Amino acid sequence: MNPQVVSLVLGRLGVAVITLVIVSFIVFAATEMLPGDIAQILLGQAATPEAVAGLREAMHLNDPAILRFLRWLGGLLQGDLGKSYANNMPVADLIGGRLANTLKLAAVTSMFAVPVALFLGITTAMYRGSLYDRAVNTLVVGVISVPEFMIATLAVLVFAVWLHWLPALSFTGDTTTLMGLLKAYAMPVITLSFVISAQMIRMTRAAVVETLKMPYAEMTLLKGASKPRIVLRHALPNAIGPIVNAVALSLSYLLGGVIIVETVFNYPGIAKLMVDAVSTRDLPLIQTCAMIFCLGYLILITIADVIAIVSNPRLRK
Amino acid sequence: MASFVEIRDLKLGAVTDSGRDIDIIKGVSFDIAEGEIVALIGESGSGKTTIAMTLMGHCRPGCYVQSGAVVVDGKDMVQLSERQRAAMRGTEVAYVPQSAAAAFNPCKRLLDQVVEVARIHKLMPMDQARAKAVELFRALALPDPETIGQRYPHQVSGGQLQRLSAAMALIGGPKLVIFDEPTTALDVTTQIEVLRAFKSVMTAGGMAGVYVSHDLAVVAQIADRIVVLRGGEVQEVGTTQQILHDAQHPYTRELLAAFHPVPHAAVAPAPQAAPVPALEVVGVTAGYGPVDASGVPHKLALRDVGCALEKGRNLGVIGESGSGKSTLARAIAGLLPPSSGSILLGGKVLAGDARQRSKDELRRLQIVFQLADTALNPARPVGDILGRPLSFYHGMKGAAREARIVELLDMVRLPAAMRHRLPGELSGGQKQRVNLARALAANPEVILCDEITSALDTVVAAAVIELLKELQRELDLSYVFISHDLSTVQAICDEVMVMFAGEKVEHLPADRIHGGAQHAYSRLLFASVPKLDTGWLDGLSRDPEFSAALARR
Amino acid sequence: MASSSLSRGLLGYRVNAVGLVASAVILFWLFIALFGGQFTPYPPGEIVDFDYFGPMSGQYWLGTDYLGRDMLSRILMGARYTVGISVAAVLISCFLGVVLGMMAAVIGGWLDTCLSRFLDALNSIPSKLFGLVVVAGIGSSIPVLIGVLAVIYTPGAYRFARALAVNISTMDFVTVARARGERTPYLITQEVLPNILGPVLTDMGLRFVFIVLLLSGLSFLGLGVQPPNADWGSLVRENIGGLSFGAPAVIMPSIAIATLTIAVNLLIDNLPVRIRDRSE
Repeated sequence: MNPQVVSLVLGRLGVAVITLVIVSFIVFAATEMLPGDIAQILLGQAATPEAVAGLREAMHLNDPAILRFLRWLGGLLQGDLGKSYANNMPVADLIGGRLANTLKLAAVTSMFAVPVALFLGITTAMYRGSLYDRAVNTLVVGVISVPEFMIATLAVLVFAVWLHWLPALSFTGDTTTLMGLLKAYAMPVITLSFVISAQMIRMTRAAVVETLKMPYAEMTLLKGASKPRIVLRHALPNAIGPIVNAVALSLSYLLGGVIIVETVFNYPGIAKLMVDAVSTRDLPLIQTCAMIFCLGYLILITIADVIAIVSNPRLRK
Repeated sequence: MASFVEIRDLKLGAVTDSGRDIDIIKGVSFDIAEGEIVALIGESGSGKTTIAMTLMGHCRPGCYVQSGAVVVDGKDMVQLSERQRAAMRGTEVAYVPQSAAAAFNPCKRLLDQVVEVARIHKLMPMDQARAKAVELFRALALPDPETIGQRYPHQVSGGQLQRLSAAMALIGGPKLVIFDEPTTALDVTTQIEVLRAFKSVMTAGGMAGVYVSHDLAVVAQIADRIVVLRGGEVQEVGTTQQILHDAQHPYTRELLAAFHPVPHAAVAPAPQAAPVPALEVVGVTAGYGPVDASGVPHKLALRDVGCALEKGRNLGVIGESGSGKSTLARAIAGLLPPSSGSILLGGKVLAGDARQRSKDELRRLQIVFQLADTALNPARPVGDILGRPLSFYHGMKGAAREARIVELLDMVRLPAAMRHRLPGELSGGQKQRVNLARALAANPEVILCDEITSALDTVVAAAVIELLKELQRELDLSYVFISHDLSTVQAICDEVMVMFAGEKVEHLPADRIHGGAQHAYSRLLFASVPKLDTGWLDGLSRDPEFSAALARR
Repeated sequence: MASSSLSRGLLGYRVNAVGLVASAVILFWLFIALFGGQFTPYPPGEIVDFDYFGPMSGQYWLGTDYLGRDMLSRILMGARYTVGISVAAVLISCFLGVVLGMMAAVIGGWLDTCLSRFLDALNSIPSKLFGLVVVAGIGSSIPVLIGVLAVIYTPGAYRFARALAVNISTMDFVTVARARGERTPYLITQEVLPNILGPVLTDMGLRFVFIVLLLSGLSFLGLGVQPPNADWGSLVRENIGGLSFGAPAVIMPSIAIATLTIAVNLLIDNLPVRIRDRSE
């Protein structure tokens, strides 16, 4: 391995860690802005002032904010996620199964959407200006221009209301049969795939088109190479950095999309849990969910950057 | 009998940004015999590259063939299908690009790219193709021919890449090779090696060639015949000897004349008892990157450079890319504070950083940059660009400022109406004149000219040099003239300083360039400048001292 | 090879048909956002029909909602919130982003490093999540929504403007200005800004679309504009119950959002081209 590559990768990982610390501070600060006394809210209006004061003491609410931040961060690092205000259960227990559900949804969507999007992005770049290219482009502009909930409602209208193929708006939980599983996942996966594919197609196409403008692409044409050869053998290897970046960014849209999709389809994932926690103002739960989302995003972006560094031919020996 | 290549009444059009059709090639016809090398000579916009591209059946995006025929070896490239054209590319007609650095795919090994033609057209087994490539590397005088192919493009030098791109063109055994300004981006000493390699493989292979260039002296070394182009039309066709010695067309004569500049006569007499120099550089060391404990930057670009410019005289700074000549200009202008040494203007020491110099010091020393395209703010009209230094240095406003802008435009021979135009609407030469007028607006004493004629066509560049000389006589200016081109420096400078690897290696009067140089590098540099003489390159190869110097470099 | 799109000269610009239609749609919604209140056939908050989720009819052009209120009136009023909040947020975020981005590019050094690091960190919080957390913390009101949306989209505007400004500030004309002795404010306003204005305005259009989408998303989750007022996203949320029988009350606000955002995207893709060639 080239020492320059190693130092660049290590530097990138360092930046990711620093970013995570800043992010955790922002998340902590945002939830700190909640008006009112938490102890008061927890104990209700009928509580005696002594009880409230006692709880404040027990929760270290009288300590300076920075101390509470560090204590919270330390807890996170040791796996202590705190207790839910709403039902006094450990946050870790609440999250466990829900996180697995969301990851399942994300994995199925990515397995389906990423290959399709890459294929469409690369082929539209290859046949730029053709009818096929314009048709895909129009669809893509349509999809990125509308909110996720609209794609979700449209999917319901088409597949449930008009075609009666799938149940509307309910995640029945009948996942024992293969058919039931497919039916349960179909609608959320279709919606999420649309949401993340559009950006991926657009950015992949742009990256390939950009490399096709390079003089070495023309040089390959002048060697007598066919269009597919120019794109697959010459443009693609040089577009890997931007394409991986496009995939990572698009997968990060999953995080936003999943919040809407889980709400619309009533899917028992972590995003639904978080939306519910917001309505009950359950701070420890919100903080933990937020950190999980940010961590996911950072991991994606960092992987993309590292791949871009490693695939840069100028850093090869 | 029909020639190997016949171009008949070729007309090409292009669609502009606004969707307007314009004619770019207006009825060009010429022939190339088997084994003959024909040069296409012309300035930017003459259509020389566009015509060469049609020989491969290729038009750049936006261009299209209107009518005419391009017959190569009995096949009309205009009529063939795209698939048939692709079959001819690389096997019948091959291409050597202008910038090999950009034409090689950065993420593939060189050898794989060189033998790709054989792979695409299934010409021979891969082992045989690799062996042939190594043979070509050897014929092109590339170092380590056995292993150089295993490297990536960024790991070899520009001159080597250019020769590798020739190997890439020759691997398919083409009958016609197109060279598209293959040495324009190279330094002169590198250009020699590349030209020599090209010439030997072309002679050995007996192939026909098309050599596209703007440089008559380079073309004279390699071409049998020359086609002079201008504005998409043929001006004159003749053998190389005819064009060089018996040119008929006025435009050809103009091109030739630009090669023989009027020798410079000093405006001010040589100073007698050393008055204060206009500008003096004393032991300047400067560089980029992080600074170490003793204040010396990590990557030094200038090492202990010193020179002096007398009032009313011109100093030429010459050197190849990476020699530190532009860094010297930046250090003098206060854009890159030197880590040691000092810069004196009229005998007074200047602060290293422009931000700490007084307005008057800044005014007296102006800098003009190479690329007029990037040196003028594209969003502001010419009047604003010239007006800013007037208000900044002289506090001028309103009608007085307006009048002075017109005056400045007149000084650089531009019409007053030009002040309402945006830089994008001007030609290259006009932009460079505005660029110069902006420096004049300050009423400077010294002007630093950083490669200001390099991006211009020869005829336009010659006119800019003439203008600089006239302005010097009228305004009592002194120039520091930085260039890689010896003939431009000779045309305007009294003294020449040669730079190499960040150091000054020679300083001599301009009239003693030939014969007076002491340092081996400056002799090599001066000898490497192509001459308008068909025998120059071959003569050099026979000169043992020159070959030795080239090898040592 | 004539260009296939309809083209014509207009004040030295080439305009194409798609671009014209898109700008007409945008102007229409801007007009509605400003004066839509004048044209509501019924008071938007009043129950006017005994039936709920009424179909489109001569009396109620766009049907009625889950309480029997007139949808046309509610959509006309909703334009005010969707367009107004988004325009305010995009103006704030682009102003902040562009000013900070140009400063970082021209001044460089530690200012650049600190700003870039902090704003990148802010950027790595998914936007919907950030909205969710903050609105959960301090509750939803129109100023809070504008502020949150502006904060979420400032880092993007900053990155975009900084990248452009870095390119410009390495150009020779900026170097000439530095050598002339110009100060940072002049460099930023006179040399850099005019050269990044075009792309920045385009970016502002894209950002506007993102903001409309995020605002609608938040409202859909019940965290956006609060009842009794309603933007288009809230209208979809209110009437989601009508989805299973395809009521116009769900479909029409969605169409309103889509027409606005698609029009902005299409306008950006079909911006008038300045006729650049000079006749020689």
